[in-house]
Amino acid sequence: MNNKLYGKLIFELSHPGRRAYSLPKDEFGSHELPSAMRRAEDAALPECDEMTVVRHYTNLSENNFGVDNGFYPLGSCTMKYNPPINEEMAALSAFNNIHPLQPLSTVQGALQVEYDLQRALSALTGMADFTLNPCAGAHGELTGLMIIRSYHETRGDSRRNKVIIPDSAHGTNPASAAVCGCEVLEVKSTADGLVDFDDLKQIIADHPDDIAAMMMTNPNTLGLFERDIPAITKLVHDAGGLMYYDGANLNPMLGVARPADMGFDVMHLNLHKTFSTPHGGGGPGSGPVGVREGLEPFLPKPHVVKNGDKFDIEQPERTDSYTVENNHVGPFLGNFLVIVRALSYILSLGKENIKMVGPLSVLNANYIKESLKDDYELPIHGLCKHEFVFNGLKDKSTGVTTMDVAKRLLDYGYHAPTIYFPLLFHEAMMIEPTENESKETLDGFIEVMHNIAKEARENPEIVKGAPHTTPISRVDDVEAAKHPVLTFRQLAAE
Amino acid sequence: MYKYFPHTPEDIAGMLAKVGAESLEDLYAELPREVLYKGDYDLPSAMSEVEVRRFFGRLGRKNRQLVCFAGAGIYDHYAPSAIPQLIERSEFLTSYTPYQAEISQGTLHYIFEYQSMMAELTGMDISNASMYDGATATAEAMLLAFNNSRKADTVLYSSSLDPKTVDVMRTYAHFHGVRLEEFNSMTTSAEDLKVRVDKGDIAGVIVQQPDYYGIIEDFTGYADACHSKKALFVVNSIAADLALLKTPGEWGADLAVGDVQSLGVPMSFGGPTAGYMCSTEKLMRKLPGRIVGKTHDGNGQRVFVLTLQAREQHIRRQKATSNICSNESLMALYVTIYMSLMGKEGLKEAATISYDGAHYLCDKFIATGKARLVYDKPFFNEFLVDIDGRDEFYDRAVEKGFVPGVKVGRSGLLIAVTEQRTKDEADELAALL
Repeated sequence: MNNKLYGKLIFELSHPGRRAYSLPKDEFGSHELPSAMRRAEDAALPECDEMTVVRHYTNLSENNFGVDNGFYPLGSCTMKYNPPINEEMAALSAFNNIHPLQPLSTVQGALQVEYDLQRALSALTGMADFTLNPCAGAHGELTGLMIIRSYHETRGDSRRNKVIIPDSAHGTNPASAAVCGCEVLEVKSTADGLVDFDDLKQIIADHPDDIAAMMMTNPNTLGLFERDIPAITKLVHDAGGLMYYDGANLNPMLGVARPADMGFDVMHLNLHKTFSTPHGGGGPGSGPVGVREGLEPFLPKPHVVKNGDKFDIEQPERTDSYTVENNHVGPFLGNFLVIVRALSYILSLGKENIKMVGPLSVLNANYIKESLKDDYELPIHGLCKHEFVFNGLKDKSTGVTTMDVAKRLLDYGYHAPTIYFPLLFHEAMMIEPTENESKETLDGFIEVMHNIAKEARENPEIVKGAPHTTPISRVDDVEAAKHPVLTFRQLAAE
Repeated sequence: MYKYFPHTPEDIAGMLAKVGAESLEDLYAELPREVLYKGDYDLPSAMSEVEVRRFFGRLGRKNRQLVCFAGAGIYDHYAPSAIPQLIERSEFLTSYTPYQAEISQGTLHYIFEYQSMMAELTGMDISNASMYDGATATAEAMLLAFNNSRKADTVLYSSSLDPKTVDVMRTYAHFHGVRLEEFNSMTTSAEDLKVRVDKGDIAGVIVQQPDYYGIIEDFTGYADACHSKKALFVVNSIAADLALLKTPGEWGADLAVGDVQSLGVPMSFGGPTAGYMCSTEKLMRKLPGRIVGKTHDGNGQRVFVLTLQAREQHIRRQKATSNICSNESLMALYVTIYMSLMGKEGLKEAATISYDGAHYLCDKFIATGKARLVYDKPFFNEFLVDIDGRDEFYDRAVEKGFVPGVKVGRSGLLIAVTEQRTKDEADELAALL
């Protein structure tokens, strides 16, 4: 990463008349587009030569920090290594130059990629079948909730529209429930950070006939395994609800426990978290959804199946209106090239090595936690899974906040942890190392965290003013929201 | 140890001692026994890189790369070679959502450029940072229109929308409680639309340009008809075609949505691509998804940052404008670099060749006497023909190395031409009729 801001916009490099493209000659003869259908003015896009464009984006990239640059102790969003072999496989022309509506006999390889990943995810989670169509985790949540509502509706139980969600849940859980037309019932956490079983019992008692589902992450967002899970699933199932597993935290369970065995009925997972596909600065991700036996008919279409040695697509005839058999969350078969990458990862690790993912990620998290709990407030003691939460510095007298510590970490060449989430603690700092990080990397991080705690005591201003060595210093968020400037046209008019 | 795991046995022993555990299994001591998985995953054994290459190479050979005249939402447009090279830069590829603005200016800059370019292309005031794809972006526009209105519960959509988009809208609508009603924008005048909207139950009207059949539709008066009762007018467009076409902004749209795949993104079996959503300034705080804005840092430097986050799920939870918590950032970078390279002129030139190619091929088809245009209306780079013996023709063409189009109904074929097709290819396809 370059610690000097490059800062230019491509529009500012534009000079009328320059070209960065070459197209074949138009050999089809001129055909007139009716003038009433033409735009009045050309789109004001940049005009640059090719090298200017290449240098511009290369320079921009150097103001960015990725997993390949350094350690990302980012809780709630597993930032593991993105192996180059996955990229090489996703770049194969045989996967890039195929149209989604080609005859199925000409895309058997692509269909097998989808099918093989569906099967692999079933093996790893215990679910009966998967759809790979959702493009992200939140998209998967919505899909999963649709499946749950379809299940209830098909049984003539359509008033079930309440979804129980722990107060420690990811914000997407309640938001997905709302988009799916459900009402959220929030269940409290205990002082130990687990679902409050008594509160849950009360909620269910208060809503005996309209619980559609309960959504949970397990381990939860505090990195704690919900050990009451057998009792929780029994309670919800007895009330007629289904259990939804938010797979954001599946990583520590690889090799150890499967969501289906915990009693979950529907789940999503994130290929960009657990299965090593790159985050790409915020996508494209992929959020496959798995279901237990009996719920397969509610999976969205199209869906890949295998008939004999041929791969086929399940896609019922179109109808005049929505039917439960004809539910769609996207136009095709999901983010195919992301799916290629995830399959490449699973095949590379194989059944032997994938078992080590969970234990090593948990070892790494506990090692950091135990090494730093003298300087940072650990609100919940005991074993964590892949992540844990500190409630800021132990010594609150310095006035140094979690935000300050996070920003100071940037100066030392680390990404910041997830901060101020979960909402249960005021100064939450959520740390997740993955199985890919070495002991030396963790020791380096631990040393820096101790240093920052020391700085907070001895020279708090240096922490409060951080970062100092990054391309830019702290930004004015309020200004951005108060006077929104969202395009170059708006910027140029200022 | 495995190549992605750096832990030596000594590391593990030392770290376990620090943690106070005897073994790796001990780290899971609190798990109820009944949830522990003791089986052997039903997966193959680890493959070396050589074997992984062989595996995917074999699957790749089970795909046929054909000369593509299929469209219906995914087009075989040209992508400059600089794009994949830049996209693969790991600072872009392996980075997280740019919450930490100090070390994410690369991502934030290009998203701002993306928003600027999409606003220019659609003729709208602003753009969000991109969405999953054109179909879900349209469904989100439907939800926005529905939630924007206090009373109206119905969204009108044209029967000339891509049916795959309609499928997704119907699914979202079913669960969210939106009433959907179909109308035909090819035959509905602005006056007729106004009569329907005047009943007061319409929250939004969604049309497509060019429509599913490639037709360039006329929406004159539609926006006024919508706005008379505060319904939102939503135009779904194939992004690349807007280089030439009258823009959603010029049609008076409140929301412009669609897929960006036509801006140089590989077909890749339909994904990943990205959807766009652009709007008037008035709807800014109701948009779903990420938005990047300009601000300054402590040293007064012009910088960019994720903004207007009060709309989003991590702040508002169930009251958020959407559950979306990411964009398709890398795909937004893809089309940003595409538009930077193609620029103002290149985008027009590619669209012109595509337009001319489709009209050339259409003439050729008609001249055979075996194909007829289904709609006698202006079209862009895609057209629907009825073909005698369509299925035999289709199979013949596939055998000769073409995807001749996308089948529609019993005898229709929807055919698209891009700047990547040659006159020879067009002639050869027509000769197969």
